[in-house]
Amino acid sequence: MTGTFVGMPVFPKAAREAVGDSQLRRNLAHATGTIRAKRAAVVGEVEEWEELRLAGAAIKENVLLHLDEHLVRLEESLTKAGATVHWASDAEEACRIVGDIAAAHDATEVVKVKSMATQEIGLNEALAARGIDAWETDLAELIVQLGDDLSSHILVPAIHRNRAEIREIFASAMGEVGRPAPDDLTDEPARLAEAARLHLREKFLRAKVGVSGANFAVAETGSLVVVESEGNGRMCLTLPEVLVSVVGIEKILPTWDDLDVFLQLLPRSATGERMNPYTSVWSGVTPDDGPQEVHVVLLDNGRTRALADEVGRQALRCIRCSACLNVCPVYERTGGHAYGSVYPGPIGAILNPLLKGVGHDDQTDSLPYASTLCGACFEACPVRIDIPSVLVELRSQVVDAHRGGVPKPEAVAMKAAGATLASGRRLGLAERLAGTGIRLARRVGARPWTQARDLPDPPAESFRAWWRRTGGDER
Amino acid sequence: MSTREEILGRVRQAIGDTPRPTAEVPRGYRGVGEGLDRSAVLARFVERVEDYRATVTRCRAAEVAEVLAAAVTGRSVVVPPGLPWPVPGSVDDTGQSAAELDAIDAVVSAAALGIAETGTVVLDHGPGQGRRALTLVPDLHVCVLGAAQVVAGVPQAVARLDPASPQTWISGPSATSDIELDRVEGVHGPRTLHVVLVDDL
Repeated sequence: MTGTFVGMPVFPKAAREAVGDSQLRRNLAHATGTIRAKRAAVVGEVEEWEELRLAGAAIKENVLLHLDEHLVRLEESLTKAGATVHWASDAEEACRIVGDIAAAHDATEVVKVKSMATQEIGLNEALAARGIDAWETDLAELIVQLGDDLSSHILVPAIHRNRAEIREIFASAMGEVGRPAPDDLTDEPARLAEAARLHLREKFLRAKVGVSGANFAVAETGSLVVVESEGNGRMCLTLPEVLVSVVGIEKILPTWDDLDVFLQLLPRSATGERMNPYTSVWSGVTPDDGPQEVHVVLLDNGRTRALADEVGRQALRCIRCSACLNVCPVYERTGGHAYGSVYPGPIGAILNPLLKGVGHDDQTDSLPYASTLCGACFEACPVRIDIPSVLVELRSQVVDAHRGGVPKPEAVAMKAAGATLASGRRLGLAERLAGTGIRLARRVGARPWTQARDLPDPPAESFRAWWRRTGGDER
Repeated sequence: MSTREEILGRVRQAIGDTPRPTAEVPRGYRGVGEGLDRSAVLARFVERVEDYRATVTRCRAAEVAEVLAAAVTGRSVVVPPGLPWPVPGSVDDTGQSAAELDAIDAVVSAAALGIAETGTVVLDHGPGQGRRALTLVPDLHVCVLGAAQVVAGVPQAVARLDPASPQTWISGPSATSDIELDRVEGVHGPRTLHVVLVDDL
């Protein structure tokens, strides 16, 4: 079963281990380089790209500032279309609702479309605890699940694995949970995809319950939209008798027509394609076509906490394209596991603290610092989330949350610097001591600071000493 | 208090009493592509569908039956109710189970519209298009589209479609980039997509 992000170390520690893994760095550099080039090419051919970004940001901003009205409207449209609407305050409640629906149909297994919301709430583990197998059907999620591994990218969760590693996982693990991989399986991507097709087909054909998320939920019409590539989504959304979709409350678009912005922004930003192979749209139940029992679980799980943060609120515009991960110099070197969450990369560095709140655990509090503030993420973001500004705001919140108690070395150093710079006499003294201080710091003091940064060589003489020696006073 | 009331209450508290201005959404993008002449739109549609490694055949209405017969030759084939063209040797959709559909090689369907900019065909599962499973489970999907059904871009498509019916937007055959971000055609959906574009329809 897929692992969970529990007891993860703080970012700097996890990152140090990750950058020491040369195989991981090679896999990541290759993958992020490929996708950056593809995205740049297809974004470049859309003249009105910047206007689409502005439109996307404005639509989402309007949704957030009127979220209560849109939620009520969505519930109404869904109910009218024959869906049953559930509300879940947190992960536990959402998992219980999905589990109860599966149990009501005596299901011992469900097939799943790749979904960030269900990963966020740990649905697979919760279902397993009730004796229900949740089969991931997206190829990358299958690789992660069979390898008892953790997802490391929003869009391509197995981005940290190369083809040879994937062949090993398929050959050893498929047989334990269903149809085994062919004996002569090679590491050619086409052969690996074929093995996944054969392995999963029997599960698609027999599944009674499908579980999905949604990329968009249209308040006006009750339409849910899932974009995907492989057809596993279509299988899960179409073949089972019962469909449960777990949808974050921020996934709303006000009107059907607003899709014309997002169905342009998302595929080009995500996989770097003009359009993803398959997009499914459904509104509740369609007689004689697809699932005849349709449930939608509207999930909060910290979203209202993020909404209350006036600076951070914009993170809820996110459409989970992962363009920010692919352009981030930090992500490219550390990979996704170092962020300790299903949401890694720049968006994860702000979304996790916003959803969970700061000042509770050191891992979450370390995330706003997992950035150089270079701003590449903001430029790539299709809905213009100003990630660097939110990072800076969250850093100040983390500092505020830790006021009182024993001050951190950084705080002591800053206080001392403030006192020194406020007085000419103290500054002069400090300058005379600087040479010794730097030499000393190299040996002992500031290891955590200096192991990632160069300390400048101490000057032979301070400016004041030079001024006096060259007669500056007398001119 | 129900969870519903609780969440709505938290939303209202989070937004607070601050004024809630509605930002103006720029919509200039909707005019893009409308000036293109028809032959350029169709040429772009063909080029972009082929870019996904799908097959495109252009023909006249009188030739459709012949093109379809050649496309499915030697294969078992199922057709949805209301398909306006005969397909030799085909069986009708009689509500076959998913497992029964899995034993059929090919499906022929009509479409709701096509999008030139993105090389997409959209099914709204109306007459001639069938229920969703029908065009999903068989490994070859032959999709017939009239030239008049091809629109320039995504905004024109969204404006024409009725959200009340389920939709499947199809851009090329099933594909994945999950292994080292190399694109591979053919995973769970039809591994071969054949679009037939009828110039005088």
